Amino acid sequence: MKIVPVKKYISDVFGAIKSLATGMKRTMYYFTHHKEIITQQYPDNRNTLELPERFKGEVVMPHDENNEHRCTGCQACELACPNGTIKVIFKNELTPEGKKKKAIDKLVYHLELCTMCNLCVEACPSDAIKMAQTFEHSVFDRSKLTKVLNNPGSKIMEGVE
Amino acid sequence: MPSFYEIADQLHSWLNANFNPTWVLIIEMVLAGVAVIGLFAVLGLVLVIMERKVSAWMQIRLGPNRVGPKGMLQSLADTVKLIVKEGMTPSGADKFLFNLAPYIAMIVAMLLLAPIAFAGNFQLWDINVGVLYVSAISSLSVISVLMAGWASNNKCSLLGAMRSGAQIVSYELTAGLSVLAIVVLAGDLKISAIVASQSDGWWIFKGHIPAIIAFVTFIIAVTAETNRAPFDLAEAESELTAGFHTEYSGMKFALFFLAEYVNVFIVCALGATLFLGGPMPLHIGNWEGFNHAMDYVPSSLWFFGKTFFLIFLIMWFRWTFPRLRIDQLLNLEWKYLLPISMINLLIVTAMAILKWHF
Amino acid sequence: MYRETDIIQSADQSPEGYMIINVGPQHPATHGVLHLVITLNGETIKKVEPHLGYIHRSIEKMCESLSYRQFIYVTSRMDYLSAHINNHACALCVEKGLQVEIPERAKVIRVLMDELTRIASHELWWGAMAMDLGAFTPFFHAFRERETINDIMEETCGARLTMNYMVPGGVMHDIHPNFQRRVKEFIQLYKSKIHEYDELVTGNIIFQNRMKGVGILSAEDAISYGCTGPVARGSGVSSDIRKVQPYEIYDKLQFDEVLETGCDSFARYLIRIKEMNQSIRIVEQLIDNIPEGDFQAKTKAVLKLPKGEFYTRVETARGELGVYIVSEGGTTPYRIKFRSPGFSNLSVLDKIARGGKIGDLIAMMGTLDLVIPDIDR
Repeated sequence: MKIVPVKKYISDVFGAIKSLATGMKRTMYYFTHHKEIITQQYPDNRNTLELPERFKGEVVMPHDENNEHRCTGCQACELACPNGTIKVIFKNELTPEGKKKKAIDKLVYHLELCTMCNLCVEACPSDAIKMAQTFEHSVFDRSKLTKVLNNPGSKIMEGVE
Repeated sequence: MPSFYEIADQLHSWLNANFNPTWVLIIEMVLAGVAVIGLFAVLGLVLVIMERKVSAWMQIRLGPNRVGPKGMLQSLADTVKLIVKEGMTPSGADKFLFNLAPYIAMIVAMLLLAPIAFAGNFQLWDINVGVLYVSAISSLSVISVLMAGWASNNKCSLLGAMRSGAQIVSYELTAGLSVLAIVVLAGDLKISAIVASQSDGWWIFKGHIPAIIAFVTFIIAVTAETNRAPFDLAEAESELTAGFHTEYSGMKFALFFLAEYVNVFIVCALGATLFLGGPMPLHIGNWEGFNHAMDYVPSSLWFFGKTFFLIFLIMWFRWTFPRLRIDQLLNLEWKYLLPISMINLLIVTAMAILKWHF
Repeated sequence: MYRETDIIQSADQSPEGYMIINVGPQHPATHGVLHLVITLNGETIKKVEPHLGYIHRSIEKMCESLSYRQFIYVTSRMDYLSAHINNHACALCVEKGLQVEIPERAKVIRVLMDELTRIASHELWWGAMAMDLGAFTPFFHAFRERETINDIMEETCGARLTMNYMVPGGVMHDIHPNFQRRVKEFIQLYKSKIHEYDELVTGNIIFQNRMKGVGILSAEDAISYGCTGPVARGSGVSSDIRKVQPYEIYDKLQFDEVLETGCDSFARYLIRIKEMNQSIRIVEQLIDNIPEGDFQAKTKAVLKLPKGEFYTRVETARGELGVYIVSEGGTTPYRIKFRSPGFSNLSVLDKIARGGKIGDLIAMMGTLDLVIPDIDR
């Protein structure tokens, strides 16, 4: 058996008490300094909550005031997506000259499959889609997560090819 | 302002005037029982919210702040949740012991309240071996833990219970020796006599350094005895999921939870009574004016103030320190606390004989 | 085939007095779905047997059907605490195959992000480590600093955990205008708070007693089990890929490889604390010296790697991550293999835990810094 000298025994006890007191001093500091509190009051600060503009919440397609978007239906986003989140459905439109022109009917977006990797936005040649800063995506029914990005009756903006 | 003692006295004489002595005894017992259960409920609610707020502020959080003003009713809402929750009994469990264990934990806690002096001259039972009674009964609480751990038929619970057994048996010794130091100084086991002996100053001041050492060892030992962190090996969340109460749910779990907090309250009340003068106000030597002003503060306020200070101390430990390992826990007791408190007791005895204390 | 009942049956065959306990797959200390079957004699551990596969998502197989741009995002889901570094390794491997020289600015941004990720990962580890030992408060204190890094990541990369910021040829966006200011703010916050870590945990006598002299892993064992990262360096084995085989601009930076020779849990703990300081040193060197230029090299829209095999390795917060790509010349890899640090580090657990107590096992698991999705992939 190892015999501990009395002097070491006593210095051990005092060293231990000192190390414990250091920790207790630190917690007491935070106990008395409520300004250090870092938690946010989430549902209360919803109105003042500002997310950075690059935050990847969900894919949206911006429309202007004439209900026009910039999507040409090139399918670059559909190809870029690793999860099959985006599906482009076409329809044939007649141009004023009477020619048939391919245009998007629906751009279906499956939010439930999306991993917010931003590859579709990067791939888009005409900046038709972007990431929105929303994050409260919970719904009661999974079918609600399948979204159509283009507004009903919308058409492609002039000059976007 | 009427004191607790006067209210109890008036009630006693009114009952004696209207009923025969047997009925008076029965009515007083029922009243005391109701008061104890009421105190339990209030203590549970207050201590849980206190613990949550203390932990939150130490962890730079806000803590509960939704139910009631500043979240003060949070523990009430939790209680309602626990009451309506199903109390499961595992199919492999020893049903009788499994269901009995939480009640034993509660009964032990209730028994311990009897000799505590809540205010001047206000006690349920001023037994002449009060301190011995508290030491004896508090070691019974290990039975409920062992029972719960054994009956759960769960290996984690069993390990937790066995740890708790080793732990409480060891730390009883130090707690007892630290208490004995004050008993030696006061010369009495009776709680009211110990309180009376501190009318000219608390023992922690009158007893010089040995009393402070006894106080420190007492606080460490009772923290271990009540299974609180850093000695919460019986529960040890990260090792044994929840230790002896892994299988408990609903109200049966709540009883264990409540018993833990009431035990904390009781050991702190005992510490406050023995070392900090219990209901006695703070008196300093010959400062007549100061002493007189202190006498105006009700004795119950003194008692609860001191008790809650000690409870805060124990909570402070819990939210600062990591947990010990089982062998280190026993090392701490047998290699450090026990020798220190034994030598300390010798010094205190010499002091008492030579009248070195104030 | 493995069945759940096998474990229960084997309890009967174990020697008298031995007890078998399943730690996990649901257990507060395994930080995920690790399943350990431990054989106990009283409180003493006789054997630890890890069972894997609870979070196996066959990431390697998934990658075979994704293009060289697409497969990078999946690797964020392996070791989610060092997502940037995982992505970085994949991007490096693809660049190696494509023979693309990436701009200097992209290199600096990548290294900055890697080091910030390393700090964030070690912060979380520190909190979780203390929580394993029963101290809850450090966990929240660690999150104060970690959240600051997450905010920086959110601003520049658009996400807090799975950023997908590294792309073949550089990074996805340029850094945010606020990036430099906020990183400097973080460095200030970190320097004003790091001493609290020592006050709360490192210097604490209970903590030191729990860590010192337990979980002894000798240097020979560390090498033979293939340990890397802080686990190997805690045993004195030099294994920092940033020094051994520098990638990006690490050979031009001033930083030390932290080595401890304690071989115990405490050594592994100190390694990570000191590594955070070294990472801060790297960030300080780079934050004011980000060269101007492009943040992304010009690459083709559809990437095709030449026929052949490509291997790169980087130092994640947990150790050496190797990415091995076999290409048949097409747009998707023929085969991908990840050499994850967590898998090798876990294998050493049985070796170091034997003879310890249950509490020790939890502490050792903490010091190995296991991320279960990294082990299972």
